[in-house]
Amino acid sequence: MDIHTIVKQVMEELQKEGQLEGSGRPDVISAKSFNSGTREIIYQNHKQVGVEQPANREEIEKVQSITPARIGIGRTGTRMKTKNYLDFRIDHAAAQDAVFKDVSEELLKELKLPVLYSKSETMDQYLMDLDSGRKLNDISRKWAEENLPKNKQVQIIVSDGLSSTGVEANIRDLLPALVQGLKSKNISLGDPVFIKRSRVWIQDDLASIVNCDCVISLIGERPGLATAKSISAYLIYQPNEDTVEADRTVISNIHEGGVPPVEAGAHLADLIEEILKHNASGVKLAQLK
Amino acid sequence: MFTCTLKNETYQFRSIADVLAKASEEKSGDKMAGIAAESSLERMAAKVVLSEITLKEIYENPVIPYEKDEVTRIIYDDLNLFIYKEIASWSVGELRDFILSHRTTVSDLFRISKGLTSEMISAAAKLMSSIDLVMASQKIRPTAHCNTTIGEPGRLAFRCQPNHPIDNPEGILASMKEGLSYGSGDAVIGVNPNNDSVESVSRILHMTHDFIQKWDIPTQNCVLAHITTQMHALKKGAPIALMFQSLAGTQAANDDFGVSKEILDEAFQLMAKHGTSTGPNQLYFETGQGSEVSLDAHLGIDMQTLEARTYGYARHWKPFMVNNVSGFIGPETIYDGKQVIRADLEDLFMGKMHGLPMGIAPTYTNHMQADQNDQEIAGMLTALAGANFYMGVPGGDDVMLSYQDTSYHDDASLREMLGLRPLREFEEWLEKMGIMENGKLTERAGDLSIFK
Repeated sequence: MDIHTIVKQVMEELQKEGQLEGSGRPDVISAKSFNSGTREIIYQNHKQVGVEQPANREEIEKVQSITPARIGIGRTGTRMKTKNYLDFRIDHAAAQDAVFKDVSEELLKELKLPVLYSKSETMDQYLMDLDSGRKLNDISRKWAEENLPKNKQVQIIVSDGLSSTGVEANIRDLLPALVQGLKSKNISLGDPVFIKRSRVWIQDDLASIVNCDCVISLIGERPGLATAKSISAYLIYQPNEDTVEADRTVISNIHEGGVPPVEAGAHLADLIEEILKHNASGVKLAQLK
Repeated sequence: MFTCTLKNETYQFRSIADVLAKASEEKSGDKMAGIAAESSLERMAAKVVLSEITLKEIYENPVIPYEKDEVTRIIYDDLNLFIYKEIASWSVGELRDFILSHRTTVSDLFRISKGLTSEMISAAAKLMSSIDLVMASQKIRPTAHCNTTIGEPGRLAFRCQPNHPIDNPEGILASMKEGLSYGSGDAVIGVNPNNDSVESVSRILHMTHDFIQKWDIPTQNCVLAHITTQMHALKKGAPIALMFQSLAGTQAANDDFGVSKEILDEAFQLMAKHGTSTGPNQLYFETGQGSEVSLDAHLGIDMQTLEARTYGYARHWKPFMVNNVSGFIGPETIYDGKQVIRADLEDLFMGKMHGLPMGIAPTYTNHMQADQNDQEIAGMLTALAGANFYMGVPGGDDVMLSYQDTSYHDDASLREMLGLRPLREFEEWLEKMGIMENGKLTERAGDLSIFK
């Protein structure tokens, strides 16, 4: 559940109970609980014109609606106003948490995803030594060799990548949609896995173990301030030592505000069908189509 | 082979490249490349060796051979041998002391700059602390002229960077107005396009050019597409005042960027013939420590030395702006705020020592251990050190490139805290528009709706 949904639900609850009162600042709603004397503050961020006595307020409102850029925010001296400063820091904090927090155990259990590990033993190693995130560690490799179904057409990998938040926000909808789409096309599928602290190229490593035709990684994107919960899909047909980046097909920006996850699942199933039909992915596929 | 005995321990270094790499301050990219010092004392041993190495030894051992690398060839072919020979016997330690000495004038520094290879400049920087780098950088004020003059003492310029995630023209225009209303845009109005096609890039070039014409703004426009795209657009008649390209410090990395001496020569000629600006400086380069590592094109050379070589390459085309963006790639090259701040100070000094009109983009990505506080420190320090310009991004949040850079607010603040003025021609325009008075923003400033 994202922050806006939570906020909306809490607001509705509070309105029902008649406890809502404004704080005087339109961006922050303060609700007072009369029993305990605790002041509850619920943060909300919506755009507003921060320019004092603008030449044309309507113009600023209009352009604020056509760009996500932080404009029309005004200033105090040469600095940002408190609201805008906090908005910025909150968005950065969310982006950092997306990178540095782990995907929850509950989600992995709920989706019945086996957890494999890359060679990165720590987050620092993962961030600074790119190669360590591109190979399975020895234990996971052995486990995959012994336990994962082989010679299927498709292998799905869920990777935390650079946004655990992206995985949390999208995989619950995206994965079933993708699996269902592949089933309806009678495409054979191995067991989807989650690989912790993994990068895109780890798909080449796993593909070599399970001997699939197409491997797809659903991976958390490097978070921006605008959204910290976007994921990408990287697909490749029969990767080998000569594989180059241009051989991969990429669908990025999968999240509620971009390509919605359910829609993405269906689209990716179609894409995999094409890859299998043409025996190619990436630039080669684009040229064949 | 070099050895150094320090605190009862003897350290060995295979080559000058090895000494340079191990003498570098700690950075994650050098570690990932497997070339960094393995202990603090090994780093110090390398610095001691470096301080004793002569400029002649460095000259005779370029880190990448002349025959194998175009960057090396440009650096050596452009060197003034008369000046080099005067100082060839100096050690790197002596070079550092000369740069910092009160007896050394600005013109002395510009003169020896012509006789220094990039490796020598990188070496000197490795023997310098933060204040050393600031003191040296303050002395050197390279200027350049396109439509405005950049780099004059007492002035600080900004690139207005009004990007939009899908190049929406109205969105770009709105962010541009916002920037101008804060006094940002005298270095350039420069848009990073999402769509790199000639048609789309030309559309943004026309739009920015028309706006500059309509409001009579003394500045230059630029769309930061690949240089070959801009050249196509220019040949088709698109109005370009400043042409952009990213550069790196090895031929291998420049190959990956799709750029070479041949292409840059052609771009330089095309701009002289078809560019809209006065010049003579009509190119804008971006550089930054780490691009060679991330492209696996570093050839075992440290990031800082490769950055210096990028400047040695860049100065051949007499750019109007060189913008340093160390920190843009991520923690695999520059891990945290401390490393960004160090890289920014090194790069500013090294660029200026090459005679380049340097600007700094103290940037960070969201997967680095750095935040706004680190960025603002880097901004203030490099402004103190006399950077020519910074970027200006609405609210510090680039919504197209997904990274953080200096905001319009930061730009105005850096000017105000250091008593710096906009570029001369642009300041007059700001006064005419009622945005600035006596070097201070007016009540009217910060309101994009004044541009009707």
